[in-house]
Formats: sequence, C-alpha cells, structure tokens
Amino acid sequence: MSYIKPKFHHPLLPKNNLGYTRKDYEGSISTLCAGCGHDSISAAIVEACFALNVEPHKVAKLSGIGCSSKTPAYFLQNSHGFNSVHGRMPSVATGANLANCDLVYLGVSGDGDSASIGMGQFVHVVRRNLNMVYIVMNNGCYGLTKGQDSATADRGSISKGGDATLFEGIDLCSLAIELGATFVAQSFSGDKSQLVPLIEAAMSHRGFALINVLSPCVTFNNNPGSTKSYTYVREHNEALGNIDFVPVGNEITTTYNEGESVQVTMHDGSKLRLNKIDNQWDPQDRLSIISALKTAQQKHEILTGLLYVDKDSVPLHVKLNTTETPLNQLQEDKLCPGNNRLQEINVGLR
Amino acid sequence: MFSSFMSSINDFVVRFANVNGTGSASANLLFAKSIFRMGVPIAPKNIFPSNIQGLPTWYEVRVSEKGYLGRRAGIDLMVSVNPQSMKKDIESVRPGGYFLYDSTKPLHPEFIREDIHYIGVPLMKICNDEYTDPRQKQLFKNIVYVGALAVLLDIEFAVLETLLAEQFKGKEKLVAPNVKALAIGGDYIRKHFTFPLEFKVERRDLVGDSILIDGNSAAGLGAVYGGASVVSWYPITPSTSLVSAFEEYANELRIDEETGKNNFAIVQAEDELAAIGMAIGANWNGARSFTATSGPGVSLMSEFLGLAYYAEIPVVLVDVQRAGPSTGMPTRTQQSDVLSAAYASHGDTKQVLLFPSTPKECFDMMADSFDLAEQLQTPVIMLTDLDLGMNDNMSKPFQWDDSRKYKRGKVLNAEELENVKTTWGRYLDIDGDGVPYRTLPGTHPTSGAYFTRGTSHNEYAAYSEDSDTYVRIMNRLLLKLETAKTLVPKPEFYLSEKQSEIGMVFFGTTTYSACEALDILKSQGITCDAMRLKAFPFNHEVKDFMNRYERIFVVEQNRDAQLRSLLVNELDLHPNKLIKVLNFDGTPITADFISQSILQTLALA
Ligand SMILES: Cc1ncc(C[n+]2csc(CCOP(=O)(O)OP(=O)(O)O)c2C)c(N)n1
Ligand code: SF4
Ligand SMILES: [Mg+2]
Repeated sequence: MSYIKPKFHHPLLPKNNLGYTRKDYEGSISTLCAGCGHDSISAAIVEACFALNVEPHKVAKLSGIGCSSKTPAYFLQNSHGFNSVHGRMPSVATGANLANCDLVYLGVSGDGDSASIGMGQFVHVVRRNLNMVYIVMNNGCYGLTKGQDSATADRGSISKGGDATLFEGIDLCSLAIELGATFVAQSFSGDKSQLVPLIEAAMSHRGFALINVLSPCVTFNNNPGSTKSYTYVREHNEALGNIDFVPVGNEITTTYNEGESVQVTMHDGSKLRLNKIDNQWDPQDRLSIISALKTAQQKHEILTGLLYVDKDSVPLHVKLNTTETPLNQLQEDKLCPGNNRLQEINVGLR
Repeated sequence: MFSSFMSSINDFVVRFANVNGTGSASANLLFAKSIFRMGVPIAPKNIFPSNIQGLPTWYEVRVSEKGYLGRRAGIDLMVSVNPQSMKKDIESVRPGGYFLYDSTKPLHPEFIREDIHYIGVPLMKICNDEYTDPRQKQLFKNIVYVGALAVLLDIEFAVLETLLAEQFKGKEKLVAPNVKALAIGGDYIRKHFTFPLEFKVERRDLVGDSILIDGNSAAGLGAVYGGASVVSWYPITPSTSLVSAFEEYANELRIDEETGKNNFAIVQAEDELAAIGMAIGANWNGARSFTATSGPGVSLMSEFLGLAYYAEIPVVLVDVQRAGPSTGMPTRTQQSDVLSAAYASHGDTKQVLLFPSTPKECFDMMADSFDLAEQLQTPVIMLTDLDLGMNDNMSKPFQWDDSRKYKRGKVLNAEELENVKTTWGRYLDIDGDGVPYRTLPGTHPTSGAYFTRGTSHNEYAAYSEDSDTYVRIMNRLLLKLETAKTLVPKPEFYLSEKQSEIGMVFFGTTTYSACEALDILKSQGITCDAMRLKAFPFNHEVKDFMNRYERIFVVEQNRDAQLRSLLVNELDLHPNKLIKVLNFDGTPITADFISQSILQTLALA
C-alpha cells in the first residue's frame, strides 16, 4: 500500500484560476495586537490577490517602519519583501520598479511613515506616478512607538491620555489628488467588502494607486473622542456604495439604473463598476472630488470608496521612455558599448 | 628690482582671472589644449566660487616638461581680465613674474609692483574697434588674449587654428573671425613687446596617447561601461557633472537601436535620502544602480547605507568630496569624508571604499565598483574629490576588454533554487567567505522569497533578537570584509632600491604632488618609500608596508588626519609612528608643501 501526499494543503480549499489557494497568499502569523485594524487589511490583501489570480512571486512587497510596515511579513509569503527604513519606502519602490517593470509593487505604510517622516518621499512618488499600489494603514497615531499623535490625527481628536490634538490633520487623499495622483481611494479596515475590490482595482491600475485605509489602533487610539476609533469611523463612514471589480475576460452581471452607476475600464481591460448612492461627484473628475472631500470634512464625514481614477494615466517608465525589457534583465550586449566605441571616445579627448 | 628668471622651457604656471559666465572657459581650454597638442604635459585647474555669474573665477595651467600634474604655488604669468580681483591677482604673481592686463584704461598706481613685469594689451579698445556686436566684443576679448599668449609663449598658431576648426565643426563661419582675433592679439605683442618670454613652450613628444578629461566624466562613462542601468541623484557640487556625463554618454551609447527606447533610467530624486533609496531598491531588484553626491549628501544617506550594509544589498555611491564641515566651501577641494564614508551609518558598520587618482582610474574603478558591490553584496563608495572630478586631467586612455563579463556575484536563478539540497537561507554562509546567496524578486513561484529587513535577522532572514544569532551575523559581516580585502585593488608602491628609513602614504589626488615631493626629497638626498592606497578595507600589502617603517608620513587633504586615524584604528598601529602631513585650505596640495613639511620634521628629529 502506498500513501500519496496531496500536493496542495487541503483538497477542499477553493483554488483560483492559477491553482493557488488562499493559503498560498498568506504570510506568517501576525504579532500585532489582537483587533488591530492592520491585520484586517492584510487579510483583504490576501483575498484580493487570490481573487485577482496574481502570481504570488510576481509581487514585491515594500514597507517602511511601524506596526503597519511589519504587515508584509503577514501576507504573501511567496513574494519578496523589503522592510526598508522609516518613511523611505517610496524611494526603494521607485528603484525596484525602475529595475523591473514587470512585477506588481505593493507598498504598505503607516500614517507616521507617510505623513510625517516620509512626507517628502510620499509626495514625490505620487508626482512621478510610479506604477504601484500604496496602502496607508492610517490609525492617526504612531502605534509602534506607543501611540503619539501622528500628522493625520484630526484637530480636536482626543488621545488615550485625554489630550486634544492641537494641529490640523493632513488628509492624504486630498493631498494626493492635489498632487496629480491617478488613483485615489479611501476605505476602512472594517469594511472588507469595499476594501477587497478597491485593492483589486488598484492592482489593475497602471500608475500610482493610493488607498488610504482607516485602520484603528486598538491599543493606543480606540478611545472615546478619538476620530480614528472603530466606533467613530463606523458612525461617520459615508461609503460611495457598491463597488464591483470585474477582472479581464469576465462579464458584468449586476445591472444598475442609468445615471446611478459609473463604469471605468482599466488599462489592462478589467472593469470597475461603481454604484453611486450620492451623485455629488464623478470619480473621473478631479475638481468634483476635491470639493466633495472638502464638504465631507466640514460635515465630519469620512468619504470612502474609489474617489478618483484617471484611466489614461502615464506611469513613470513610459514618461522616461525606458525599454520594455526589465532593466535587470539586460546583459552585456545591451549594456556595454564595447572597446571600439571607447577608442573613438579617446580620440575625441586628445 | 626685477629678479630675473633662469630661462625655462615647458615649466611654468599661467593663471587666468576671469569673470564667471563671460565665455572665458572655452578660450582658456583652447590655450591649455594647444600646449597639450604640442606634446607637453599640462595640469589645468578651475578655481571658482559657488555662484553662477559675476564673481571672479580663475583658471590655472601648470605646464610641466617632467609631467608633474599636481598644483604648484607661484604664478609666473597672470592674465588679468577681471578688475574686481585685480589687486589680489597682482599680489599673487611671483617676484619676477608677468602680469598681462587690459590696458584700455591705465593701471591705478596702487597696482604697480616694482618686482614684476607688466604687459598691457588694450583688449577692450581692440575689440571695440574691431567688432560691433556687444556679445562678440566680450567673447573675442578672450581669444585676443590667447593670441597674445601664443606669441609670448611660442605656442604654434597652426595648432590653435586646428583646435578652433575642430571646435566649430559644423559652424565653419565662426572659424575665420576667431582666427582673426588670435592674430590681432599676437600682432599687438609683436609690435609692442619683446617675445617670447624667458619661459615658453617647446614642442615635445611627452604626452603620447594621453587623453584630457575630468574625473566626473570619466566616472560617468565608466558607469555606462560597468552596466549601470538605474541612476538616481540629487544635484550637488562637485558631483553633478558626473551624472550629467552618464546621461550624455547613455544618450549616445545606450539607446536601443531597434526600439529607440532607453536601456537605462535616470531619476532626479527629491533629496539624497531618496537618491540612495532608489539605488538600493534597484540593486535589490537586480539592476546595477548608483548615485553620486558630495559630503552633505553622504551625511543624509547614512541611514540607508547602514541598511544596505546590514541587509547586504549591493549599491554604488560616488562621493566627490569638497571642503566641509557643513556646507563648507562647496567649490573647494578636500579629502575630508574618509571617516564618514568608511564608517557610514550608526552601529558597527564598515564600508568598502575606492580611491581613484586619475580619470582612467575613475573610469576603471567605477566599472569595477559594480562587480565589487555585487560580489560582496554591500555598498561600495568611490571617493574622489573636486580637484579630480571637475578639472581636466591628463590621463592614460580608456580601455575595455570586450571579453569581460560582469561579475554578478552569488545570485540564484530558478533552476539553481530547485537544486538547492537543504533549505536555502538568504544569510547562510555556504562557502565560508562571508558572502551568502541572494535571490531576486520574481525568480521562482515557491522558493527563494524572503523578507529583506534592517532589523536583526537569522540566517533565514527571519526576525531574531537572539544574542547569539545577532553576534554570529555581525561576525560573519567581518568575515565578508576579509573577503573584500582580497577583491579590492592592491596599493601601488613607489620603492627605492634599498629600503628607506621613512615611508610615505597617500591616496587620490594627493598622488601627483606626493610623487613630485618624492623627487624633491631625493634631490636633497632623502629617499623615501611610498605607498598609494587604492581601497579600504586595507589589504595585507598595506599592513606589511605600514609595519616595515619606523616613521611614516601620512599625506592627506583634511584637518583631522582622517586616513591616519583609519590606519591606526584598522591596523592597530602605534600612532606615534604616523606623522601627519595635512593641507586643508581647500586648494589642492602641492609638492613643495609636502616636501617642506617632511624636511622640517626630519630637521627637528
Ligand atoms: C529614523 C527613525 N526615527 C524614528 C523611528 C521610530 N519609529 C518607529 S515606527 C514610528 C512611527 C510609526 O508610525 P506609523 O507609521 O503611523 O505606523 P503604526 O505603528 O502606527 O502602524 C517611529 C517614530 C525609526 N524607526 N526610525
Ligand atoms: S500598537 Fe496599535 S497599531 Fe500597533 S499593533 Fe497594536 S493596535 Fe496595531
Ligand atoms: Mg500609525
């Protein structure tokens, strides 16, 4: 009698088109606090990659420093990861992306990592329209260094110690839109049904895709009076309604009434169908979303969903006219001009 | 009274005092190149302020039959076209020397020195009479004084004309008026002064197949040949022209013939932190990448350099040093980043350094630095300086071996990963040389992925705060440094037949003057064996030399004797035997300074 070990973990686990199960997209066990919003985002990333049939090893995960930046260890174990230095993930992602334009670049950052120490790099990576997904796990505080206010904490928000934040909070979505970002979304770690299709859409976008995810820190910023607590975010969440992400080759099945939905065809052919509950803005109109965000702010609402997309976005590689073969695959024949050319150069220098 | 010169052939210094931004640079280069074309070695240097227009700039050419290319103090002939700096310029002429000036207006009596000669040429008047266009008046003034100099110094007009023809290739209309301006200047001298001067140029065959190029251009070209494909940078004097050179050469040599697309990518980063971050990201992902900066940039890059050291990511950085601390003197030269580069970043770190001293070495070391960085999986910092980077230097020509293959180091491909017998560990030292095997993102669906981190990690790249693990990894990094010693270039020795009692050590642009100083000492009956360092960590050849001599002069261009500290620290030498010879005033060190310092020390001993 012989016993054949099954190749996959469990024969009953559902597989995606590539034959991978969800487990293949998971990572090691999280060491974050139980209930931390960041863990839910990791789970959403696993879900989105599974659903999108991404080859796990064709993703590169990059992060800065913080509780949030630790999460790439907790998803996509078969992807290379790079936990860089505090606030500097965008530059590492830029270099990596220039070296190989064929991978999916998934950056994870915190509000401290992106809006304080790394603000400069954040601003510039947006501006360059690097082809990457950039998820900010936004909890309004520095989790890893024990809960100090971050620059995204809203003015007046009450900290665990009872103090009100003195300064205006930076709204990363508004800022990104101002800077010319080509894909901007906002979501809540507790709303998986919204977050997963947003991540799928972001991964299908050709250019810089920001998802600012409100992700409460249960240990340091989940108290009454905090505007980044679970309760507050749930109560003030103004969701844009249903989002359907339709991968390439699939059919749209849901039907919406004329005028109530917007359909966006992404660069790779996938489609996004947005059911608009509220008609106050058009996600393809930059000006309309800027004013919608301002209005929401005044009403203490948190707009979530896909806020803005420019499907004609031109990513950095195209702007730089870089060759289509990933640069890291070029060999001597393409890289080195050879001695004859060098001797010609010598002649010109005499 | 006039102290007269012994007549000398091909041995003098001419300095030009110009106004920044008036087109003098090309005229001055024309002058320098004509002497070079006559087969005589030259060492041109720019001395300039850190603004663009309006302030005085100087250009200095040392002409040396013996091929001494270091700076020499004392101006034999000053060409003054800048009233602003005239007082200082007159003072800088050595007794018996010459002062050529624009005599359109008479010299103020306070500018008259009894011990120098004045050559007045009414440059402005001549140009006002000859040309109507104001821009031309300005530009041709420069060419007129070159013509005057040609007659004074016996420079062949035919050579100048050839150079002009080459310069204006495609714009032939411009050749004739330039040649005319030369002739006007020459005629004026012939009519009014005795010529040539007692020091002058005579045709020789001393430059062979040498080329004339600045170190930054050479390094930029070296990076193209060395296979760099991703370049990130943030502008800073004196490194900016290195990346510009890379860009120019890449545009010429690296555009894909079939597609017209770039086989390279250059990003001007938002700051130096981003510049080094991008270079690290690209190298992590398997493309050769570098950035170039100067001292302030190295300070900013320090955190990232520690990450690359500890996470073992190859990266190449060029530091074109300038005078610090802080913003310091941005347009003056120094060798003052030795320690901040060698130990860049917090915690225990040691970085691999390369010290080129000629454009040819800038080219070669730049290309080699990518091999070194990838073989060692660590940062490699090439330390040049403003003197080398921004001045044309006479150099051996470039050479490339077409059979050369890039040494990409230990990178596992998919097939190799499948064949790994035991579990692969990113930081596992299989070969006992301290260098583990790495993998690139996207290589294999199920094996080879790992998490790169600057936090303490074990051999399998997993986070670990276990003390034994930490110590093991830190010690392995030292073992890797031992391997580095076998790969970095060995020092160059300048030895006498019988071992001398004293030794001398130097590196980089100190070399020319140090070698000249050795000759001066010899002429005074003092032999001195010398060693030129080319790299850090110091290989055993360096150690042997340092142990062989009782007294060793360490010659360098910084205040704090940084190289000396590094030698003492790394080789456990007794500090007393290492004698400092330090020039840090922002001008290139001279042979006279070195030999005088040594003679003084010896006299006191
Ligand atoms: C240069 C530097 N300064 C400070 C720190 C300390 N530090 C680590 S994480 C962090 C803040 C993280 O906040 P955030 O990005 O919001 O992540 P969170 O932990 O909240 O997810 C700080 C200040 C550091 N690691 N590096
Ligand atoms: S401290 Fe806050 S952010 Fe960090 S893991 Fe705990 S809950 Fe999450
Ligand atoms: Mg945070």
